[in-house]
Amino acid sequence: MNTTFQHNGTEVFVREFNKFKGAGNGTLTSMRKDAINRLSELGFPTTKHEEWKYTNISPILKGDFTLITDDQFFLTQEDIKPFLFAGKNSILLVFENGRFNEALSSIPENSEGIVLGNLSDHFTHPAVKSHLGKYAGYKDESFIALNTAFVNDGAFLYIPANGSCEQVVHILYLNDTRKHATVMYPRNLIVAEKNSSLKVLESYHTLGHINQSFSNSVTEILVEENAAVEMCKLQAENAIANHISHTEVNQTANSRFNISTITFGGNVVRNNLHIVLDGVQAEARLYGLYLIDGKELVDNHTLVDHASPNCYSNELYKGILDEHAQGVFNGKVLVRQDAQKTNAYQSNKNILMSDDAVMNTKPQLEIFADDVKCSHGATTGQLDEEALFYLRSRGIGEKDAKAFLNIAFAAEIIRNISSQYLQDRLMQLVEARLKKINSYE
Amino acid sequence: MLKIKSLRARVEDKQILKGLNLEVGAGEVHAIMGPNGSGKSTLASILAGREDFEVESGEVTYNGEDLLEMSPEDRARKGVFLAFQYPVEIPGVSNANFLKTAINEIRKARGESALDSKEFLQLMKEKMKLVEMDKTMTQRSVNEGFSGGEKKRNEVFQMAMLEPSLAIMDETDSGLDIDALRIVANGVNALRNENRSFVVITHYQRLLDYIVPDYVHVLYDGKIVKSGKKELAFELEQKGYDWIKEEISAVKA
Repeated sequence: MNTTFQHNGTEVFVREFNKFKGAGNGTLTSMRKDAINRLSELGFPTTKHEEWKYTNISPILKGDFTLITDDQFFLTQEDIKPFLFAGKNSILLVFENGRFNEALSSIPENSEGIVLGNLSDHFTHPAVKSHLGKYAGYKDESFIALNTAFVNDGAFLYIPANGSCEQVVHILYLNDTRKHATVMYPRNLIVAEKNSSLKVLESYHTLGHINQSFSNSVTEILVEENAAVEMCKLQAENAIANHISHTEVNQTANSRFNISTITFGGNVVRNNLHIVLDGVQAEARLYGLYLIDGKELVDNHTLVDHASPNCYSNELYKGILDEHAQGVFNGKVLVRQDAQKTNAYQSNKNILMSDDAVMNTKPQLEIFADDVKCSHGATTGQLDEEALFYLRSRGIGEKDAKAFLNIAFAAEIIRNISSQYLQDRLMQLVEARLKKINSYE
Repeated sequence: MLKIKSLRARVEDKQILKGLNLEVGAGEVHAIMGPNGSGKSTLASILAGREDFEVESGEVTYNGEDLLEMSPEDRARKGVFLAFQYPVEIPGVSNANFLKTAINEIRKARGESALDSKEFLQLMKEKMKLVEMDKTMTQRSVNEGFSGGEKKRNEVFQMAMLEPSLAIMDETDSGLDIDALRIVANGVNALRNENRSFVVITHYQRLLDYIVPDYVHVLYDGKIVKSGKKELAFELEQKGYDWIKEEISAVKA
């Protein structure tokens, strides 16, 4: 018997699927059906599965997964105000429990073929037709299958060749758990054509703190020749939130992609990030930061697939873990036989603030080409005692001194974000999160 | 101001201080000299509150209060300052931000109001001159990429900003060329006054040409074995530490 998957738990999703009616034509309907069937066949991964060894997802499956599909919206301007990190004039797409809330969104008139909108309103767009579901394969991935079964709302960002969007596009996902548990399946498609550029903030938040939420998102990103995309994925849901996301990036020649994955924790959080460098001289930079405490579990799985020669990738993930938090980092760099002259760097650094926090880190390099420069490494340790003593010997209290050092540690990640406004707001959030960590002592 | 009585301390199972006595009055400068391994840096660390050392017996009072009971930050807030032998590099923490937090913590403890950014910058500008520090140093991360001389100047600069009443200088002269030594010593001399006391720990007499002490003590094998006026330093310079060692063994025999 195959013990790497379990079948208990899929029925509830199939029942929900049978009630679900998404937008779109027959192609979409059959993709959804195929995906739910695949989920039923596959089941959900258990901890016997190598890629899920440290991340037990069974606590997620105990939730309530009643999907809200009506068009009633309850959120107000006041509700979303604390989450507007990209500046007053930024472009904003608001999703309330997974459904696009047009009234709270703020999207400028589209010009020169640029589309910034809700995916389900654009199922007939040629770029959606040719790219949706083409990169994030659901045949072997239960959670991609689950998301694909419910494909409907999400962000569709399309920048045609030579176009650019100067402002940050903020995709805001809010789980309103104040009255009931929530589930959502956001599906984003981002297409940056030749010579175009785009900056995106994708953020996840919760309102309420008693009922659970489950966010199961899939984002497909296409960065075409000589295009540049910068992403920031911020997961700032509450401590009982469940969150499983998959970001699949396909880069062609001379393209640049830069992503910062910032995670503030939850009951179970899993971020999958796959980047395929599928054209010469493509560059990818992957930054990650996770700040967790309590009994939170955060798992970052990354794969950088060097499929073409002369490409560059640089990955730095950092974590601060307090109390009983558990962290997982699994980063794989694959250099295929044809990918000569690859430069690939990877590093994972962790600080454990308590004796009970656990970090499992597994950096992996698989190299099939012979002319490459690659390095990887991981460190896990305590705060620098000498630095701590130095700060205290100048009159700074122990708690503040720890916060000082942790903020500096985290800042190395946040500094890579190009929008100064966003960087400043994220630094404030990081400080607040870290001070909470330190106040638990 | 500072009274140390029969202080015995160890690190792990190694006995380092073996009954040390020292009294420092207000406004006095005491030099502590001694060969390597005599316990000089251990004394500095214990006074500043480093936790790697176990105090077995003896007492240290500072303005009548038990210093050993206080956390490192409380000592600093009450006016104790340690100039580190090896100042620590702290990437990502700006010198200015760090110092502003420190100074306002100390002001709070003294019952003074916090400095605002303008007042702080003004004070910084003034004190930077003391150690010929250039503006870019304060904008960088704490000690990050500083040369040996810059690190020591930064220690004296911090001392000038925090205005301690007891400054302990742990081998501040080590690794300095003659120009840097002069700058550091000038900075220290400018801070001398009738209320501020200094404990200057050094291996060499050289520093004491610039910072002239009121008293000189020789620390050997965990105890102060000889005390005198500044002339004692010259004698040590000429005769070396062997002379002391011989005297001690003669007494023991």
